[in-house]
Amino acid sequence: MAVDTTEAAAASEAARQAMGGIGVSLARKEDARFIHGQGHYVDDVVLPGMLHMVIVRSPHAHARIKGIHSSAAMAIPGVVAVVTGELLAQHKLAWMPTLSGDTQAVLATDKVRFQGQEVACVIAETKYIAEDAAQLVTVDYEPLQAITTPQQAIAPGAIVIRDEKEGQTDNKIYHWEAGDKDATDAAFARAAKVVSLETFYPRCHPSPLETCGCVADLDPVTGNATIYMTSQAPHAHRTLFAIVAGLPEEKIRIISPDLGGGFGNKVPIYPGYVVATAASLLIGRPVKWIEDRTDNLISTGFARDYYMDGSVAIDENGKFIGLRVNLLSDNGAFFADAQPSKFKAGLFHIVTGSYDIPAAHIVANGAYTNKAPGGVAYRCSFRVTEASYFIERLVESAAVELGQDPVTTRLNNFIQPEAFPYKSASGFEYDSGNYPGAMKVALDMLGYDELRKEQAEKRAKGELMGIGVASFTEVVGAGKGKDYDIAGLRMFDSAELRVHPTGKAILKLGVKSQGQGHETTFAQIVAEELGIPASDVEVREGDTDNTPFGLGTYASRSTPVGGAATAVVARKLRDKGKIIAAHLFEADVADIEFAKGKYNVKGSPDNVKTIQDIAFAAYTNIPDGIEPGLEGVTYYDPPNMTFPFGTYLVVVDIDKGTGQVKVRRMVAVDDCGVRINPMIVEGQIHGGLTEGFGIAFMELITFDDEGNCIGSNFMDYLIPTAWETPRFELGETVTPSPHHPIGAKGVGESATVGSPAAYVNAVIDALSHLGITNIDMPITSDKVWAALRSKGVTE
Amino acid sequence: MKVTFEINGAEKSVDVEPRTLVVDLIRTKLGMTGTHIGCDTSNCGACTVLLDGRPVKSCTLLAPMLEGKKVTTVEGLAAGGKLDAIQVGFHAEHGLQCGFCTPGMMLVGKALIEANPHPTEDEIRWGISGNICRCTGYMNIVKAIQHAAAANAAENTAGVA
Repeated sequence: MAVDTTEAAAASEAARQAMGGIGVSLARKEDARFIHGQGHYVDDVVLPGMLHMVIVRSPHAHARIKGIHSSAAMAIPGVVAVVTGELLAQHKLAWMPTLSGDTQAVLATDKVRFQGQEVACVIAETKYIAEDAAQLVTVDYEPLQAITTPQQAIAPGAIVIRDEKEGQTDNKIYHWEAGDKDATDAAFARAAKVVSLETFYPRCHPSPLETCGCVADLDPVTGNATIYMTSQAPHAHRTLFAIVAGLPEEKIRIISPDLGGGFGNKVPIYPGYVVATAASLLIGRPVKWIEDRTDNLISTGFARDYYMDGSVAIDENGKFIGLRVNLLSDNGAFFADAQPSKFKAGLFHIVTGSYDIPAAHIVANGAYTNKAPGGVAYRCSFRVTEASYFIERLVESAAVELGQDPVTTRLNNFIQPEAFPYKSASGFEYDSGNYPGAMKVALDMLGYDELRKEQAEKRAKGELMGIGVASFTEVVGAGKGKDYDIAGLRMFDSAELRVHPTGKAILKLGVKSQGQGHETTFAQIVAEELGIPASDVEVREGDTDNTPFGLGTYASRSTPVGGAATAVVARKLRDKGKIIAAHLFEADVADIEFAKGKYNVKGSPDNVKTIQDIAFAAYTNIPDGIEPGLEGVTYYDPPNMTFPFGTYLVVVDIDKGTGQVKVRRMVAVDDCGVRINPMIVEGQIHGGLTEGFGIAFMELITFDDEGNCIGSNFMDYLIPTAWETPRFELGETVTPSPHHPIGAKGVGESATVGSPAAYVNAVIDALSHLGITNIDMPITSDKVWAALRSKGVTE
Repeated sequence: MKVTFEINGAEKSVDVEPRTLVVDLIRTKLGMTGTHIGCDTSNCGACTVLLDGRPVKSCTLLAPMLEGKKVTTVEGLAAGGKLDAIQVGFHAEHGLQCGFCTPGMMLVGKALIEANPHPTEDEIRWGISGNICRCTGYMNIVKAIQHAAAANAAENTAGVA
């Protein structure tokens, strides 16, 4: 009997693996082309007659343009055109709207407002000729004073950067508040203790390994515009192109082929896309524009650049009773942040985090500076990273001031598992969570208590060791559409599923993978819901002519929204299958049951019709009065966001002599609800922990006083290699989202959101007994060394 | 000028400007787009190819430097339709996500285990530290290379037996 049971279990497991439904670590379907070098990225697109475009950029951060001279460039054989802002202005294209309702220069006409701003474009027969000619375009500049911090920008008397905007008399962009000021003031008035923190989350850059670019192909005869483009949101981009360029939307086809990473960098529309498209229209030939790395780092969507200060009010029992946060954002020369239109500082108001804080008040102000525009969420859901970093750093400060273990401070203040759905003081309704549960798993994995003992022993010997704790909560998966939109487009998403007569399916989605493995994960949802093996489900994305309208992939929204749409459309087909099954069985629809791809009449479980039988019948033997085919489309508007969470623990050792920080351990326990493909989920977490590590210790875009960008190539903008990157230890808990059809939450960004605070808290934990309470990222050896020396610590 | 070399086993003789970068020669002139450009400054390794079996960054080599040499690109890994052990390893261990660094990573990994058939984790991490991956956090790339090394070792053992 025992043998039979084992065999049955083995057979059942083999069937589960073959089906590849939810919970199976299926090897990725998309791998085949990539391991053969047959991925198809934008720069791999070659069209007959294709020209190449190179952008001439400003060397100054702030200057008046006195003249642009292109005759020497035009004289080079093979140069077809030099496009300037003046030419674009004739077509009303010198300026374009941004995702945040501001305007941005496509090519500068009056002034340049950041170093690297687009001034002219050279279009030539080859890229080499275009590069040569770009060197010969000369621009007369009259340099102006550069403003490089938001504090300078909002100081009285500061030079007005956006003087071309009617009514703009200073450098302020927005003022935004969330929460309840009066209730928060009252909480602080009765606080037994107030703990404050001032910190800066510096500018960094998503820098996907593939830079941004496009091939614009406008057919002068048909008027068809095909634009191959590095786009995380091809449908939204098509609509914006129609609005910006005045092109008829039905004639525009955006194809976002394989993307070499995105991380938010490929959400905005950049001037290069617009000029290449306009040039293709004017010249009548395809135009390719591909950024080099410096173009990418100095001009496209950066992230963060948030100055944050705030306080937590604590009562006599150590409970948090109020939270105040002020932030000042540096948005660069044009307010081009990618975020839902209602929220000027994205979803920063998630800053109450994992804690039950009854009152909160957030005040946010934004400023123009002479720096690149386009604040995007570098692997984060609209400023959730900054919020999570701030609260987790502030809780660390509170623990130090209370003389508590940071774990205790958190456990005392977590939102409790029975409190969900939980309404936060800043206006979110958290769907589900078990914060103490995730923390316990993490503490056990790390062996926390033993390490605290080791730390005490080391400290007694004068050695520096720290344990960092962070228990983040994210808000991901926008919308619902009523509350969240981008440029007016509501944030739903879509799935279209067709099962063919042979039982093989095509699933088309409005989201767009940049490496997340959608072709596998979404096929697994269909496998689970319909019982068609994942290997028989082909997933298509990124071509606006051939996929349903959706808002795209960013803010960890593909699984929460596109995944939900997939499950719902599969269920629609399943229900239609019941009607067909009833016809085949000559039974009543109400008596048809479905499980794991098989239909049967109640009471006759052994007489089944498979989903493949039903699919065939849908085209060959359909009951009267029923539409043929087995196909459907769902536009899914989520009822709420999802709220993934987790606890991250980091152990560091610090060399007193050099200030070098060595990450010894990194334990990450994530709860993203139901995991569709655990292998892919873990891969996402590995990547996010690494980007978080880079942000905490290495990655920095900064500027000198004249506005020169420091961090304009991979020799200055340091990205972790395998050598620096820690080994990660992953754990999980599973608290399903109650409103998501399969209980899943987003996960792609959790690790970048949650980990920087864990790394930094570990460093501060090693140093706080010396009176060191904050070091701003990136925590480089020299900063630690200086902090130690300032406290009189020497080797 | 004319440059003659071997690429993935086939001899090529091409007429190029001397300043042509090898990566552009491979991608544009030869139409083999598996070799990618990530940084132009030889920091990221997306353009890695093997030159006489050694990994080099093709964005920082000039076309004339190929004269008389043997080049291997990602397109040359699956000889005769059979996947190389490194390709199998990357697929089996989820060693790739967006796929952009993958050709370079696989070529570096292949060269590494040919020179050192039983590398430690540290040796692998050091060996691939000239190549950047933004997606995977390297954990699974290390496993992929270990997977390939183990497969090669098993095959060699089988051959001896």
